[in-house]
Amino acid sequence: MIIAEQKSLQEIDASVEGAKRVLVVGCGGCVSVCLSGGQTETEVLAMALRLKREVAGTPVSTAEITLERQCDPEYVAKLDEAVKEADCILSLACGIGVQFLAERYPDTVVLPAQDTKFVGGTLEHGVWEERCGLCGECILAATGGICPVIRCAKSLLNGPCGGSHDGNCEVGQDTPCAWVLIYHRLKRLGREAAMDEISPPKDWSKARDGGMRKIVREDLRL
Amino acid sequence: MTSDGARQAGREWKTESSLERLFAGNEFVVTAELGPPKGASATNITENSEKLKSYCDGFNITDNQSASVRLSSIAAAVHILRQGGNPIIQVTCRDRNRIAIQSDLLGAYSLGIRNVVCLSGDHQSFGNHPTAKNVFDIDSVQLIALVKKMRDEKRLLCGEELKAEPRFYIGAVENPFGEPVELRVMRLAKKVKAGAEFIQTQAVFDIKKFEKWMALICEAGIDKKVNILAGVLPVKSLRMARYMKEHVAGMSIPDELVNRIAKAENQQAEGISISVEIISQLRKIAGVKGVHIMPVGWEAALPEIVSRAGLSPRPRVN
Repeated sequence: MIIAEQKSLQEIDASVEGAKRVLVVGCGGCVSVCLSGGQTETEVLAMALRLKREVAGTPVSTAEITLERQCDPEYVAKLDEAVKEADCILSLACGIGVQFLAERYPDTVVLPAQDTKFVGGTLEHGVWEERCGLCGECILAATGGICPVIRCAKSLLNGPCGGSHDGNCEVGQDTPCAWVLIYHRLKRLGREAAMDEISPPKDWSKARDGGMRKIVREDLRL
Repeated sequence: MTSDGARQAGREWKTESSLERLFAGNEFVVTAELGPPKGASATNITENSEKLKSYCDGFNITDNQSASVRLSSIAAAVHILRQGGNPIIQVTCRDRNRIAIQSDLLGAYSLGIRNVVCLSGDHQSFGNHPTAKNVFDIDSVQLIALVKKMRDEKRLLCGEELKAEPRFYIGAVENPFGEPVELRVMRLAKKVKAGAEFIQTQAVFDIKKFEKWMALICEAGIDKKVNILAGVLPVKSLRMARYMKEHVAGMSIPDELVNRIAKAENQQAEGISISVEIISQLRKIAGVKGVHIMPVGWEAALPEIVSRAGLSPRPRVN
């Protein structure tokens, strides 16, 4: 899922400055699962904003709506009426939701309440970690199901750099070296010989380097 | 050396590099590292080159060492060439993509540079621009293969033919001390398979650990396929020894060595003596074809180390 982290109340407050009526929009997708932008977080943020403004003597009214997802126009359309009553929209979705709202409501200011961090998973309650670099051409079959593109700070494809030591990355000593993880995993599977092969340079045109990506599935189009 | 030097005594040379000839002649090779200055003047490079060129067979010129901005390695190499020194440029994958790297390699060769060392490069978080974007379009193994392809196949990475190929003698680096050590052997084998002809290792302080690694390298027959230069780093002070022990990833510094410097009356003299002793121990290890001395700012120590190690004068290459 996409992992996002709420911006500070101070930054959010500063961004909606001047607005008297704020439409605070939550998202029932990834950010709801990672507990940063679902219904509860949306209501709590709206309340905190109202309180802060009240104390400051510049009160603001809020309306809160949490959509099933903000990355789907059919759900976003449910905001059409509420937007008419708002000076600005504050989205608790990831960057995708913010942009989908901005596209649908060209005359209304749409502001992000979150910093979209990475694509990852839950390690334990309250702990999330990055797992996919969205490179567009998965190499996990060759690397024992461990991704060096995102888990190696240098995205190396041919084993660890000289800074890897005792299984740790040179950048962060509490971060495992992806290539040591890959090595141990492949060894366990009896496939470590795969590491002797030289991986050729990667086709980064399939990643974001190739420009904005788009998928069209003709079989699904109406 | 001229291109006529490419043939000598019936031997087909791959490059015009004097290093290739020295290794072929079974000389114990000495290379030394010079870090370009943080500034637009090459004075320190030219001075060091002039003073030190007779004490080594080539100067490694670092490529923005520790991810901190410095005068470019290719520019510094040209200053060294003008002084009559033999430059070995380091090329990292951190700051340039495959287009820039190939372009720089063509330019470097056209300027007279004949040796390249291919590295991944320290992560930018260690340098003076930690918020920079890193490139790592290709990695060090892929870079070695790229330099070889340009030289031996006369083609760019994309397959297009080159009108004139850069005939570099290809080097790489390895850290014999990173655990698990078998992964280091595998990685070196991969670099050799990709085309590395000489290897410069991380600084050796822990001879026993280095010997174990070399034994694995020899067992795998890698020492027969590549010329290994063991890294030597003169320690100038106790502070430096402690700093390297605690903060430099992939360095193995035994406590006895730190204690020895701590007890020394003259820490610099002790540092030089330690380097001389390390070189003498390294020369006895099977598969070691030379040393790569990294004075990291203490270039003045080089003549004494090389002389006392019995490695001066350096052989002449015709």
